[in-house]
Amino acid sequence: MLDIQLKHRVGAFALDAAFTAPTPGVVALFGRSGCGKSTTVNLVAGLQRADSGRVHIDGEDWLDTARGLDVPAERRGVGHVFQDARLFPHYSVRGNLLYGARRAKNRLESSRFDDVVELLDLGSLLARRPGSLSGGEKQRVALGRALLARPRLLLLDEPLSSLDAARRDEVLPCLERLRDHCAIPMVLVSHQFEEVLRLATHVVVMDAGQVVAAGDVTQVSLTPALRAIVGSEAIGAVVDGQVVDATGGLATILIGHGDRQGRLHVPCPGAVPGLPVRVQLLARDIILATQEPRGLSVRNQLRGTIRAVLADADSDLVELDVGGATIVARVTRDATAELGLVPGREAWVLVKAVSTRGHAFPATRQAS
Amino acid sequence: MDLPGTAELDALRLSLVVAGRSVAFSLLPAVGISWLLTRRRFPGRTLLDAFVHLPLVLPPVVVGYLLLVMLGTQGPIGGFLLRSFDIRLAFTTNGAALATAVMSFPLMVRSMRIALEGVDPGLEQAARTLGAGPLDRFATITLPLMLPGVLAGAVTAFAAGLGEFGAVITFVSNIPGATRTLPLALYSALQMPDGGAIAARLALLSFGLGLLGLLASEALARGLRRWLGATQPGAH
Repeated sequence: MLDIQLKHRVGAFALDAAFTAPTPGVVALFGRSGCGKSTTVNLVAGLQRADSGRVHIDGEDWLDTARGLDVPAERRGVGHVFQDARLFPHYSVRGNLLYGARRAKNRLESSRFDDVVELLDLGSLLARRPGSLSGGEKQRVALGRALLARPRLLLLDEPLSSLDAARRDEVLPCLERLRDHCAIPMVLVSHQFEEVLRLATHVVVMDAGQVVAAGDVTQVSLTPALRAIVGSEAIGAVVDGQVVDATGGLATILIGHGDRQGRLHVPCPGAVPGLPVRVQLLARDIILATQEPRGLSVRNQLRGTIRAVLADADSDLVELDVGGATIVARVTRDATAELGLVPGREAWVLVKAVSTRGHAFPATRQAS
Repeated sequence: MDLPGTAELDALRLSLVVAGRSVAFSLLPAVGISWLLTRRRFPGRTLLDAFVHLPLVLPPVVVGYLLLVMLGTQGPIGGFLLRSFDIRLAFTTNGAALATAVMSFPLMVRSMRIALEGVDPGLEQAARTLGAGPLDRFATITLPLMLPGVLAGAVTAFAAGLGEFGAVITFVSNIPGATRTLPLALYSALQMPDGGAIAARLALLSFGLGLLGLLASEALARGLRRWLGATQPGAH
């Protein structure tokens, strides 16, 4: 378990971050720029000194100001991947990869080196200098360098935010493989919910130096705190499901359980039956009907019960229960009134298959 | 024009020895002080900064005089060194090297500070998270990356040291074979009624030496930058 309680003050900015998260797993620290996410990971790494607090990971204390304990950063065993990679320009890629490994407590086995090189596809880069690498390559080397130091905790401080979309698509799968193949607890700092959606098993939402929501991604996706940060356009429920069929480009995913289980057909690369999958259903992409619709091209029709109707800006957010899973739809005020959308009422949820995408998520299976 | 005579070659040799030793004396302290001034915040930092730069603004004769007062055989430090370690600085080659080192110290520190400011502290942080302690980080990250500045500083200090006059002649006098470096020899030649030709040859020597030094420093810096930056793929 990761247990973090930190208080830190810089000028007028006061950080008070306290959260716990299961390990192994990926904890996302999510929030706007300047909300204290990076400060939090720097304090966890020991690169900045906290005013007071405690950092505890899997039975080991790194910081406990009450007991006067403060393990120096170089002995904490964190792997820190910075936004700007920070490769050493005067070492080759191989030299960079081995820098931490040479200083680790246990000797590096050559098979582990080969594994990491293969996992991150670094084989062709080993002899090169960082100056000649692309942004994505640099970030992959930085990941490998941190991994090879055999860290107890991997800190990823916005590892994708300095990359363009193409480079991001090159590094994101590496992070997914890392999550699924290495049992290293990770903390991911991000201000892109897409990254949280694809990588995190647990999310901590921060705002103005405070933790405003925390929990698994599905729960947190329904909190007002998260909605306030992602903005009304990006509000939507995150649903975990399981692939039951994958043919013809679309995967069939079961969400919820019992006789009210829903079936979703969504594009999902790499789907195989049995695989846990996560889908984000944006509220603005969802249509509600009070009768079973006929003659529509919409492939996804789920039956649910309205749980709550919340006013949001100039429209309403309707939360529905589909076999225990929650889905949120955005409808106009007029529609709410005309259709009589009130809690307890049954409704049909229509989702256009191509408006969303499933993300294979083996990690949810381990976490639950 | 005749070939340089023994006295002139002596002066040349002595200039090289004095400049070389002055660099040897000041290199480590300059690295340390430039690191302190760039990376540390402590009380008295501004004062130290000013003190280091003093030789740039003081007349060299004043520096030589202060050295004589402090380090002369009768001075508080000089007397102690002589009694305890049998080290004599006044009127010796080492004394000339020390005076030269003090005079060129600000040049060296300045060059190293600029280099050090160019080293991203983020790289040191990265090394830290990878398990490198303070000395380890300095030796493997900071020092190699500031090396071009260290070398440039050393070469500049060496070149400037070849020509140091005021502080040297005040502190260690003008003794042939011991403290009479190129500029001092040139000055002596000008005092002689028929020393014009000697002075001209010495001036020419100084000129050639200076030019050589500048070219060497440029080549060195270029080579190092290539080694550190390594923009071409496949470089080790």
